[in-house]
Amino acid sequence: MNHEELDASLDSFGDALASATRVTPGNALRPEDIAVAGAKPSDEVAQYALHLGDDALILAQRLSHWISRAPEIEEDIALGNIALDVLGHARSFLTYAGLAWDKTEDDLAYWREEEEFTSLQIVEQPNGHFGVTIMRQLIVSIYQHLLYSRLLESADETIAAICAKAVKEVDYHRDHAIAWTIRLGQGTEESAEKMRHALEILWPYTGEMFQDEELHSELGDVAVLPSSLREAWDAEITSVFAEAGLEIPKSGLAMAHGRAGEHSEHMGYILAEMQVLARKHPGASW
Amino acid sequence: MAPTTPQEPGLSAVPSYEEQQSQARFDALINDDSRVEPRDWMPEPYRKTLTRQVSQHAHSEIIGMQPEANWITRAPSLKRKSILMAKVQDEAGHGLYLYSAAETLGTDRDELNDQLLTGRAKYSSIFNYPARTWADMGAIGWLVDGAAIANQVPLCRASYGPYGRAMVRICKEESFHQRQGFEILLSLSRGTEAQKKMAQEAINRFYEPSLMMFGPPDDQSPNSAQSMAWKIKRFSNDELRQRFVGMIEEQVKVLGMTLPDPDLHFDEEKKQWIHKDLNWDEFMNVIKGNGPANAQRLEHRRKAHREGAWVREAATAYAAKQEQSEVA
Repeated sequence: MNHEELDASLDSFGDALASATRVTPGNALRPEDIAVAGAKPSDEVAQYALHLGDDALILAQRLSHWISRAPEIEEDIALGNIALDVLGHARSFLTYAGLAWDKTEDDLAYWREEEEFTSLQIVEQPNGHFGVTIMRQLIVSIYQHLLYSRLLESADETIAAICAKAVKEVDYHRDHAIAWTIRLGQGTEESAEKMRHALEILWPYTGEMFQDEELHSELGDVAVLPSSLREAWDAEITSVFAEAGLEIPKSGLAMAHGRAGEHSEHMGYILAEMQVLARKHPGASW
Repeated sequence: MAPTTPQEPGLSAVPSYEEQQSQARFDALINDDSRVEPRDWMPEPYRKTLTRQVSQHAHSEIIGMQPEANWITRAPSLKRKSILMAKVQDEAGHGLYLYSAAETLGTDRDELNDQLLTGRAKYSSIFNYPARTWADMGAIGWLVDGAAIANQVPLCRASYGPYGRAMVRICKEESFHQRQGFEILLSLSRGTEAQKKMAQEAINRFYEPSLMMFGPPDDQSPNSAQSMAWKIKRFSNDELRQRFVGMIEEQVKVLGMTLPDPDLHFDEEKKQWIHKDLNWDEFMNVIKGNGPANAQRLEHRRKAHREGAWVREAATAYAAKQEQSEVA
């Protein structure tokens, strides 16, 4: 599916978008609304929401590190905005997942151990230089855009509602990543080389994004089979690479299974930093 | 256009007829409380003072992102993390409006940025204190942003149009920031003993530096009188400090905390707040560059600029290629 087709298919969800965001008009769906609405998900649905929430949380944690460090102030703002959006998605998914287990978003973010996190390894990859972050954004935002678009039709109303808000925001993240990938790919010799390098080191982690889990089949039309996103994702990212003068690397795909709590060596440091203060004060509220 | 003024350099000391007319129009704008706009004639010292003030303000917003950005990745709840990110992002936005306002005075952003990175420009010295604990996010919001608002609300009426208008938007957001800071402290004040202690210590650390944010006492503030005559500044340093200390003295009671100034009181006869003597030697020393975090703050900025150079070059090169292909 190319951009135009995708946008057209999104338009067909017009009504779904409208009803999904009706919870708080103009402000869409907030984690607080989800907690109040209290539609308790099944264990499986909660597990699925946890996957989506963990991806978003770890990505937001990575992105937020850029604030005050970007190449120009406009990018401090842009990356900050993207991080803020993604954190919002994480909060919604985690709040919803937590309803099944009587846990809050913070219980899940701050009090789980590394092996309980189900995020994909691509989102925990280090920020590196700006080009690495942009490449990670390109890979993930195209993926999330396709995924959330499909989830507008999820049989689970809350997941569909969260995605209705998220998909509009991820669409901007995708635009941002595409524009920078092309700009840097075609900018200078140095920037092109840096983008080739970024692609090379991140590409191995794209394989895991499309692995189907038993959970996905169990959930039926609540979830989207990751493998079913592959073709559209390949087509879209290849068309961006063509414009940016980049090629898909020949390197293979890494054995990675973040969904099962198996993470790269980076994850421990991410969690150590994220959780340190909360864990120093058990039971405290902030 | 043929030169209408003599070219002999020494003669510029005596204003031409045109310059005298322009000065009269400028004086009238100031007297009428009207606004001076970028295309209006303005005296060089007015332009210079404003460029310095607006760019210092912009630099303060940008450097001021650092102590708070330092806590984003460790924020103790996702809601706090999200609010803090939004706040620091607002500060970047304020920096941008202010650089734009400064550019209307004829100095471009690259030059202003260079002044910051080379240490020629100043920024608010409060940001040279480290944010050691989470409670500092509260104290910075409540006291530092609070002092900034007290300073900035009158600037919404500053005689230079672009500055005044930028300040209107900035003040709205700052007031939200101050309230979020206070709310952080309020939560801590209702929390565990460790949280209360953290909050009180942050207030103790930021109290004096925040009072010094208004600048030296009036009798030691050489530029104030001229800025007030130009209606850039509307109240003196001491007047603003008085207003601020009175406000926080009330608010700290809501927190059930104290200000580290046991003799602070309102003198009914003098009609003014009597606060402790502020350590102006420390203030001057921090301004000179010897505060706890001056070197770190500047290096953080330089590093971001240096490491982003290839990105900016690539964006420029790409834009040039695009322009060429459009011409072709």
